[in-house]
Amino acid sequence: MAAHWFLYASPASFYPIAGRMAPWFAAAAAALALVGLWIGLVVAPTDAQQGDAYRIIFIHVPAAWMSMFIYLVMAFWSALALGYNTRLSAMMAQALAPTGALMTFIALWTGAFWGRPTWGTYWAWDARMTSELILLFLYLGVIALRNGIDDPRRADKACSVLTLVGAVNVPIIYFSVKWWNTLHQGSTISMTAAPKMAAIMVTALGLMTLATWGYAIAVALIRVRAIIVERERGASWLSHLPEVRRLVV
Amino acid sequence: MKPRHKRFAWIGAGIVVLGVAAALVLNAFQSNLVFFFTPTQVVGLEAPQGRAFRIGGLVENGSLARDADSLTVRFRVTDTAKTIPVVYTGLLPDLFREGKGVVAQGKLGPDGTFRATEVLAKHDENYMPPEAKDALDRAHKGMTMPSLQSQGDPR
Repeated sequence: MAAHWFLYASPASFYPIAGRMAPWFAAAAAALALVGLWIGLVVAPTDAQQGDAYRIIFIHVPAAWMSMFIYLVMAFWSALALGYNTRLSAMMAQALAPTGALMTFIALWTGAFWGRPTWGTYWAWDARMTSELILLFLYLGVIALRNGIDDPRRADKACSVLTLVGAVNVPIIYFSVKWWNTLHQGSTISMTAAPKMAAIMVTALGLMTLATWGYAIAVALIRVRAIIVERERGASWLSHLPEVRRLVV
Repeated sequence: MKPRHKRFAWIGAGIVVLGVAAALVLNAFQSNLVFFFTPTQVVGLEAPQGRAFRIGGLVENGSLARDADSLTVRFRVTDTAKTIPVVYTGLLPDLFREGKGVVAQGKLGPDGTFRATEVLAKHDENYMPPEAKDALDRAHKGMTMPSLQSQGDPR
């Protein structure tokens, strides 16, 4: 039953699988982003209130969603790493952190450039923006903690604990616009109500979100391969890989 | 119980405890986490007294008046229950409109007028092309006011 799942928990068997999957996700991301940007920037109409400034949404919202979702995935891998003591789970969490930090930065940065023409300010210390900034610091903190501990197995444990503690922040970000008065507007798209947005805009947003997923998965797979090679460099299976043999001979 | 079940139990318990702690802290700081106060809260003396705070609501229709020879503007902020007059000198954001959301920072004067030092526009979560907006406006011509915080609430 559970036995064949653990097969993929071995870096040796996951390394080639990740290598085969990454190009597909990368290609899908590129295709979806092209179509999504074309619909979002060319086909979709301007917004009645905000004019063309609203088009930042097609980058801002997928990046913001991804910044929260990647953190939850990191927390999931961290819980597995602590519970099962599996190396690959911790490596997956490690591989996701830089992409999560990038998405958080993009969300904050595009948000600032959206806020200036619409609200009249780049930044305000409201609950949504402040909690998203804390998310960026959590990502950077996990990356820094990893680099601050020499023994990778101890770093796995410390980073997993920090990641799980920080997971409390994700629902705070998501529900902040509901729980408190914020300058940031509420959710346009939620699981409980119809989108408060024209259908063509939702289409572009959906495509851009899928593109962001594809990008994040592809980059995480490529990065986890690099981490595996770095951390398993003494293992014999690595030296049998054709790409490694080519280097040695 | 296997050791790894025990570890998962500890992880689960830790997350629950952290979640409860976070909820309690956020609840305790509730009043500091709001970005603005509504006119009803200001009238009800829930807003800070004697120091700067932010007021948020809709710019009342027909209330905007500009000084002829300065950048001073006067308007009223309403949450449809209570209304606070606001005076502000400076540039208004592009999306500042009557009937739309606004957040102003400043102090409440002794005469009950809010003296704003900064005015921000608060746009809503609805996105639609101008034609759809026109059709919608014709459909309910001034019958309803757009709600300030209709945030994804299914009701």
